[in-house]
Amino acid sequence: MATIASEFQAHGAGDAHAHDDHHEHKPSFFARWFMSTNHKDIGTLYLIFAIMAGIIGGAISGLMRAELAHPGIQYLGHIANFLGIKDASFDQQLHLWNVLITAHGLIMVFFMVMPAMIGGFGNWFVPIMIGAPDMAFPRMNNISFWLTVAGFCSLMLSAFVPGGTGNGAGIGWTAYAPLSTSGSQGPAVDFAIFSLHLAGAGSIMGAINFITTIFNMRAPGMTLHKMPLFVWSVLVTAFLLLLALPVLAAAITMLITDRNFHTTFFDPAGGGDPILFQHLFWFFGHPEVYIMILPGFGIISQIISTFSKKPVFGYLGMAYAMVAIGVVGFVVWAHHMYTTGLSEDVKMYFTTATMVIAVPTGIKIFSWIATMWGGSISFKSPMVWAIGFIFLFTVGGVTGVELANGGLDDNLQDTYYVVAHFHYVLSLGAVTALFAGFYYWFPKMSGRWHSEFLAHLHFWVFFVGVNMLFFPMHFLGQQGMPRRMPDYTPALAYWNHFASVGYMVMASSMVIFFVNIAYAFIAGKKAEGNYWGEGATTLEWTLSSPPPFHQFETLPVISDSDHH
Amino acid sequence: MADTTRQVGMSEMATGKTHDYHILPPDIVPLVTTIGAFTFTSGMVLYMHQMAGGKWVPALGLALLIAAMFTWFGKIVSEAKAGDHTPVVQLHQRYGMILFIASEVMFFVGWFWAFFDFSLFPSTIAKSIGGQWPPKSMEAVLDAFDLPLLNTLILLCSGTTVTWAHHCLIHGDREGLKKGLWATILLGMLFTSLQAFEYAHAPFAFGQNTYGSAFYMATGFHGFHVIVGTIFLAVCLVRAYRGDFTPKQHFGFEAAAWYWHFVDVVWLFLYVCIYVWGNWGFAVD
Repeated sequence: MATIASEFQAHGAGDAHAHDDHHEHKPSFFARWFMSTNHKDIGTLYLIFAIMAGIIGGAISGLMRAELAHPGIQYLGHIANFLGIKDASFDQQLHLWNVLITAHGLIMVFFMVMPAMIGGFGNWFVPIMIGAPDMAFPRMNNISFWLTVAGFCSLMLSAFVPGGTGNGAGIGWTAYAPLSTSGSQGPAVDFAIFSLHLAGAGSIMGAINFITTIFNMRAPGMTLHKMPLFVWSVLVTAFLLLLALPVLAAAITMLITDRNFHTTFFDPAGGGDPILFQHLFWFFGHPEVYIMILPGFGIISQIISTFSKKPVFGYLGMAYAMVAIGVVGFVVWAHHMYTTGLSEDVKMYFTTATMVIAVPTGIKIFSWIATMWGGSISFKSPMVWAIGFIFLFTVGGVTGVELANGGLDDNLQDTYYVVAHFHYVLSLGAVTALFAGFYYWFPKMSGRWHSEFLAHLHFWVFFVGVNMLFFPMHFLGQQGMPRRMPDYTPALAYWNHFASVGYMVMASSMVIFFVNIAYAFIAGKKAEGNYWGEGATTLEWTLSSPPPFHQFETLPVISDSDHH
Repeated sequence: MADTTRQVGMSEMATGKTHDYHILPPDIVPLVTTIGAFTFTSGMVLYMHQMAGGKWVPALGLALLIAAMFTWFGKIVSEAKAGDHTPVVQLHQRYGMILFIASEVMFFVGWFWAFFDFSLFPSTIAKSIGGQWPPKSMEAVLDAFDLPLLNTLILLCSGTTVTWAHHCLIHGDREGLKKGLWATILLGMLFTSLQAFEYAHAPFAFGQNTYGSAFYMATGFHGFHVIVGTIFLAVCLVRAYRGDFTPKQHFGFEAAAWYWHFVDVVWLFLYVCIYVWGNWGFAVD
């Protein structure tokens, strides 16, 4: 079986040199954190940035759940007042709602999940897992991070300048024309669009960096078919980024010229086509959702294997399932557009193609379960999060198969059913994978132990909270509640209120998370090199915790004593 | 169930690295480049909305961006001379350039997508389009077999001159290298000039309908890439005069040549699709 190595002596390597890093020459504070060319430091910057963006994006969803806790409009006027618009009109309050949902979506996608998954864990562990001393282009790695920050600044700036009916860009994360063109005058939307240009350029450079690193910097003996699945996941993700983001760049450049230079790409008066924007956007947007979840798949594979103390079941199938998801992910985009007037034939094609994705996804789910089967499972916090991931992601995946059906989606398009679906795969899938990865690797990255008790508590409170928050949205959607609305009929009040209570439960789990991090830095005991023991077989466990500033100054050699 | 046994050669305590990868010292240039890019995009917003600073902020951002890139690429050249670009690092650069060009191809896919949407399914509700392509309201289009054909030949010719330069470089003919590069750069500038002339005399406007939008944005982004490619080649020419590049190691030149060929291929698609097929059977200016 061609899996990554499994036999490993914990004391063999890293621990013997656990004190190395104290003797290393590290750059001064400014040079280290503002001029970094070190993949681990850049990964740390990405993680800190993602956590800060996540706090802002999460707080915005708190405002949304507060507003939605009761029928009628309660808080939007106060929020507008807080943002400097006195006595906001009804239209201005509704515009503010659009600004909130736009900011929440863009922040969570581009400035929380992507930086954390790819920038954070990808930067930290891809080079180490393949036995490389750093990324292929260390300086470009740095600008990838700073461009992400610049993009975030541009998005934040947009909130304080006019964007149509009020301040801020209220165009939805999808930025559909004509709302994003003639529907939103003012500089806010241009700031928001350029925010995606900047962050997108950073992501493309990051993708080039990861692909080059993974293809060229694998240690001797680390063949492609021995690479840890997390590395495979980042490789596939990087290809999706490389090929999908430039199409978004073209689409939003058309928005810029339509808005400011009198082109008519999306303006029917000049022969343009608003649906063209949706095609271009979703040609990027559908691969984008796999960009967000694939690294999570990789993290979960590492964790399930480690805590089952078994190699991943069906390693090759797992790797090529991700490749298949990546490839097929490029030809399913119009399932986001079933109600735009596509012909029946086109809808049938996209229904079929979309459901095909359930096959490789099913391979992954069942292979994780098969990995656990017969394993000697230890329920450490990352494993609990990972099992939670499998459950929550499967719920979202199943509703995804439902929504893939063009006929059914005619009724469910733009309802809370869709909101429930994509939050199950993202907020409960991708984010759960992020927390799993965080607890898995935090002691490795920081050298300090978090509290396993708090990590478990965090999981259970989070698990209960997010299910209370998002499961009722299935009911709301089936009852016809539309997305992106701040108000609703009193008939929908019960489950909306319930969901808002769920938000409070989820938010309190975040308090536990931050207390846990604080605990680790104040009182956490030092972590050994391979603190998870025999199941942890990838190369990061051969190093001290934290690893030396430059690891693998002599490349590790991965030998193969196994021939099936 | 031991699949593999790892023998990790651990010598982290050793002072120097024993691998061929390029480990870089901390560098401020990426942050400066980012500040330049952010200043430029923010300045462009000010410019587009006629706000205060709309004139000088984007100019400042662009200047900073160009200065930072000049510094950055200059460092890469120095590092190459210092011997940091081992064979494996040169391989990284090859991968990096190919992947960058792949992303550029996808960028142009977006513009071609818009063009084919408009031309294959011309709008029936916009009077100026009238369900036909080129649109009903257009009195004339550019003759594909006039200057555009000449430009096609110029670009194809420049593709051969850059190959001439490459062969001279490989065989140690420095004078031939310079001549080939000079020829390529002059042909590139000639192409850009003829495009500018066409733009100035085109019988249709930039805005107002999808024909102008798709034509000018697609060919305009191509023209921008030609200018970037010409600058890239000009840098190579300057380096050729300074004695850079060896017959064995000259990736800066190769990257410029690859980029130039990419620009060339994009033009062939633009020419065939937009100029020839898109204007087929229509009155020319």
